Amino acid sequence: DITPLSISLSPCINPKMAELGAGSLLLGDPAFNYQEAELNERLKRLYPAVNEDETPLPRSWSPKDKYSYIGLSQNNLRVHYKGHGKNHKDAASVRATHPIPAACGIYYFEVKIVSKGLDFLSSLLPLSPIPGWDKHSYGYHGDDGHSFCSSGTGQPYGPTFTTGDVIGCCVNLINNTCFYTKNGISLGVAFTDLPPNLYPTVGLQTPGEIVDANFGQQPFVFDIEDYMSEWRAKIHGMIARFPIGERLGEWQAVLQNMVSTYLVHHGYCATATAFARATETLIQEDQTSIKNRQRIQKLVLAGRVGEAIEATQQLYPGLLEHNPNLLFMLKCRQFVEMVNGTDSEVRCFSIRSPKSQDSYPGSPSLSPRHGATNPNLHSAGADSPTCSNGVTPPNKNKSHNKYPGVSSASSSSSSSPSSVNYSESNSTDSTKSQPHSGTSNQEETSDSEMEIEAEHYTNGVAENPSARIMNGTYKHQEILQAQDISLGNGVAEDSCASRQLCGGNQAATERMIQFGRELQGLNEQLCREYGKNVTHKKMLQDAFSLLAYSDPWNCPVGQQLDPMQRENICSALNSAILESQNLPKQPPLMLALGQATECVQLMARVRSGSCSFARVDNFLH
Amino acid sequence: TKCVHLPPEVTATSRHYVDRLFDPDPQKVLQGVIDMKNAVIGNNKQKANLIVLGAVPRLLYLLQQGSSSSELRAECAVVLGSLAMGTENNIKSLVDCHIIPALLQGRLSLSACLRCLRTVFISPVTPVQLLYTDPTVIPHLMSLLSRSQRTQEYITQIFSHCCKTPEHQTVLFNHGAIQNIAPLLISPSYKVRMQALKCFSVLAYENTQVSMTLVNVLVDEELLSQVFVRMMQRDQPIDMQLTAAKCLTYMCRAGAIRTDDSCIVLKTLPCLVRMCSKERLLEERVEGAETLAYLMEPDVELQRIASVTDHLVAMLADYFKYPSSVSAITDIKRLDHDLKHAHELRQAAFKLYASLGSNDEDIRKKITETENMMDRIVSGLSESSVKVRLAAVRCLHSLSRSVQQLRTSFHDHAVWKPLMKLLQNAPDEVLVMASSTLCNLLLEFSPSKEPILESGVIELLCSLTQSDSPALRVNGIWALMNMAFQADQKVKGEIVRALGTEQLFRLLSDPDSNVLMKTLGLLRNLLSTRPHIDQVMSSHGKQIMQAVTLILEGEHSIEVKEQTLCILANIADGNTAKELIMTNDDILQKIKYYMAHSNVKLQLAATFCISNLIWNEEDGSQERQDKLRELGFVDILHKLTQASDPNLCDRAKTAMQQYLA
Repeated sequence: DITPLSISLSPCINPKMAELGAGSLLLGDPAFNYQEAELNERLKRLYPAVNEDETPLPRSWSPKDKYSYIGLSQNNLRVHYKGHGKNHKDAASVRATHPIPAACGIYYFEVKIVSKGLDFLSSLLPLSPIPGWDKHSYGYHGDDGHSFCSSGTGQPYGPTFTTGDVIGCCVNLINNTCFYTKNGISLGVAFTDLPPNLYPTVGLQTPGEIVDANFGQQPFVFDIEDYMSEWRAKIHGMIARFPIGERLGEWQAVLQNMVSTYLVHHGYCATATAFARATETLIQEDQTSIKNRQRIQKLVLAGRVGEAIEATQQLYPGLLEHNPNLLFMLKCRQFVEMVNGTDSEVRCFSIRSPKSQDSYPGSPSLSPRHGATNPNLHSAGADSPTCSNGVTPPNKNKSHNKYPGVSSASSSSSSSPSSVNYSESNSTDSTKSQPHSGTSNQEETSDSEMEIEAEHYTNGVAENPSARIMNGTYKHQEILQAQDISLGNGVAEDSCASRQLCGGNQAATERMIQFGRELQGLNEQLCREYGKNVTHKKMLQDAFSLLAYSDPWNCPVGQQLDPMQRENICSALNSAILESQNLPKQPPLMLALGQATECVQLMARVRSGSCSFARVDNFLH
Repeated sequence: TKCVHLPPEVTATSRHYVDRLFDPDPQKVLQGVIDMKNAVIGNNKQKANLIVLGAVPRLLYLLQQGSSSSELRAECAVVLGSLAMGTENNIKSLVDCHIIPALLQGRLSLSACLRCLRTVFISPVTPVQLLYTDPTVIPHLMSLLSRSQRTQEYITQIFSHCCKTPEHQTVLFNHGAIQNIAPLLISPSYKVRMQALKCFSVLAYENTQVSMTLVNVLVDEELLSQVFVRMMQRDQPIDMQLTAAKCLTYMCRAGAIRTDDSCIVLKTLPCLVRMCSKERLLEERVEGAETLAYLMEPDVELQRIASVTDHLVAMLADYFKYPSSVSAITDIKRLDHDLKHAHELRQAAFKLYASLGSNDEDIRKKITETENMMDRIVSGLSESSVKVRLAAVRCLHSLSRSVQQLRTSFHDHAVWKPLMKLLQNAPDEVLVMASSTLCNLLLEFSPSKEPILESGVIELLCSLTQSDSPALRVNGIWALMNMAFQADQKVKGEIVRALGTEQLFRLLSDPDSNVLMKTLGLLRNLLSTRPHIDQVMSSHGKQIMQAVTLILEGEHSIEVKEQTLCILANIADGNTAKELIMTNDDILQKIKYYMAHSNVKLQLAATFCISNLIWNEEDGSQERQDKLRELGFVDILHKLTQASDPNLCDRAKTAMQQYLA
């Protein structure tokens, strides 16, 4: 039986509940919209792991799942009793629109007793309770303070409650217990071994009884976030102290391998070498191969796609021929970069180097892309090589004249031979852990053994490409020509000054238009060979659309010109190269990260509440 | 005085270390100190040897010597710090060598010095007072607080360990401890935050001045109480939560924070209840329970809230289950740990139960209904540990305020038996609680009253009235008063005989007004029902009338005078005793005076007395009426019939009717 005024949880009996949503909401009411916004914000904060598309959170009482003696008002948050309330058979209840999702980890709602009800009124309507509703439900009664569980008899539990009291109910989906609160005070565990899919429910029996629910519309009286913080700390502690026992060495090898393969994958050649030396591990891939990939990637990321294609064809003959889609994507990108004025096919026409586009602001291209909202990611990418440097013992005896060389090279506006020499001797020489000067820029303080990509990407604008090249570890197969040096000159200045199509050069514009035609031709050729390709068509359209605007950088398709857009094509090319060399196209670190993320989502689906506090995001810095 | 015999080979190596400290070449001395440092680390035997061989004075000399290089001084401080880390005997030797003034006078900024000083001061063998003997020391330490996280940690640790009395609190307070330490609460170092927090908990304990100052302190634009609330968050380390809760508890008890403030009701109290849970370490559970008991002792609302928080009453029952039967068999180490804390746990639980049940009848019921509760109290009363006995009797006392419990569980479990045993031989603090409990057990509706009387309690109570402790005298006389209430003649006679009139009258001039009140109460109870009145007055009338006169003439509170007038009224109710008043014109004048007193209670009591004297149906009432009329009492009664107080008015009218009849 549902005894008068109980705050309870009822199980999911009808498995397919109608989606009720906000059927009776007054959408025009600004106060309500404000409340709704506050509700959304609070629910997001309390239950970040819940995917509401899969498992919506309870937001109000359900007008469908209620006894007829129950009346709802105030956006289905207020419940009043309208039966005659003569005996237990007149008890009535209502439940929330949705069951509590397991991904909440810890779920909480409150009910304020607006009126406990006074007199019995004679009733008019007979009531037949919905069968099975009160079986297996869990509640806390106001009149005697008892708890009841699965329609059994009540057990003494807490104090009684009455008008003005705020009663809360907290479901812990990690250990499947529940406790109630009265006016912000926890009354202790009421039930253990709770089943899944419980609905917040209230039961009433006395005429005049009115209760208001708070599913997060307002701040809770009880400090639920503090309670959650305890469990978050517990679970994080559990993860941190996860016993690995005898397998310590094994784990270390795995971790080192993860780091190493990650560095290799992204072509951080010198860092990877240093790391391998320090950890006494082996690198699978050949040094030259890594450096080649590194170079190609750098070209793509610098917007010099034409050169990248050329280099790829030269170093990996047949690769692009076997990947016509990739080639097409690259060519499309090349077209975009021509518009941008960065591709060498148009840049060679420029007297001055292009102003803005060579720099590469924002995150490093090949950084892991887990979650769009991780602004710190690039610094992580830049940091890890530094770390590996830190453990490198000074084991080389060559002359090293490091920082002065680096800084003079990077600060000079044109490359002087001397600075080239300096940095070359430097780059071949990997020693160090010498105290860094605090005044120099971040990229300059980093060890010369550190990959220059990291320096370059974290701090694109100020970087001088000539210094970048010279800092690099490759002297052989120098395919970047003298023009690169001149290119470097103007980069740092007035990057937001007016940008012009193809760098504002007439000849370049003509070259671009010609290239557009060739691209169109390639598309038609591909259509003939492989049939129509919607993606290609769209890509081409978007690229060509840039020409329709006087300021392509500020037009609806201007997004394409963002250097960030180079990242995808860059990693696609990198993966293709790796695949062609029979190497994994994704680094194991990213696979592990992806798997962990998937696992946590899976935990939510199999109703393991601790997933709420084991978010992968929490462990990425 | 040192008679330690060392094996020669040990002495030889150790002596070599000491000898090197005297080398004329400073460079060799330095190397010698460094070698000594490496030799003593973790080697208690070596430490003892070096101390015996006199290394300490030399190290101190080098430390203080102006010509020593800073490197040498630092190394000396490190070695001294290492020596201090050894046994308690090491510390004693170091203190005997005046290491404290040396370290304090030396270059204290050396964190090695402070570290050593810290190690010395936190040892139980070091007298705390040494920190306060030189008045320049504390200001100096305060000034070093800003140096580094290390100095902050060491200095605050010294302060929190050495602040043991209200005087220490005042000294530290006057030297700006609050302003200097408050910013450390948001230090990036956990150790510094923790030590600063501990400082505040010892400073605020039972100290209104400190507590009142603390509530207004801002740390980085945030009120200190809010900083403490943040430190109590559930994801903070337990030690920090517990210590922050202590700070707020002490501030609340000192009156600086209201008991209904949400930081107490919704934060501090729940935090302390959590500390009592099974998940916490035994030490934490003891401290949590004791602090919670202290927090809510004076406030019934907090007691009510705590009684429903997280099943606290049931949770405490677990405190009695140590050592657990499982631990005894499976794990000796655990058993040892359990045994060590078992007493502490039990006394803490008793204290908390006592505090919980001190006001609310429902809570008392809940406590007595807890599994085996009364049995636990009964066995607690006869435990060997004084602390447990005291806490158990406090708990019993708290529960004895319930009429219902006195009638039921107290009687069922014959708690009076162990209680009586406890009264035979116990320290004063236990006696106070036990005798106070006995007072309640002697209330007339208590079924235990009879068996207690039969056990010969009167002598014991009479001896309590002769105690030097006012609390014990009050309890003794109070118990006798309760015992005399509606007692039969035999009991009353026994009380008078055992107490002796001399002691009775001594108590009537007791400097403690509570003792006086209860003695008057006893007299009043002895002087009830007519035959008893006449009997007592016939044997002690003279002294009683004298005592009454003295009290009515003396400087006493209204309550005392009222009680005395009531005694007179009782005397006036006797058959023969009446004459003692009627023949005493002095007393009659006094009664007249009090009938016209500005205080209604005194007027009422005095009128009662007259009313008894002129009561119609008794022998000689006519004569008494006439005499009193002559003395002008009728006029006064007449006036009193117009009194605004309805009781007084009624009383006067009833008296007037005696004349009319």
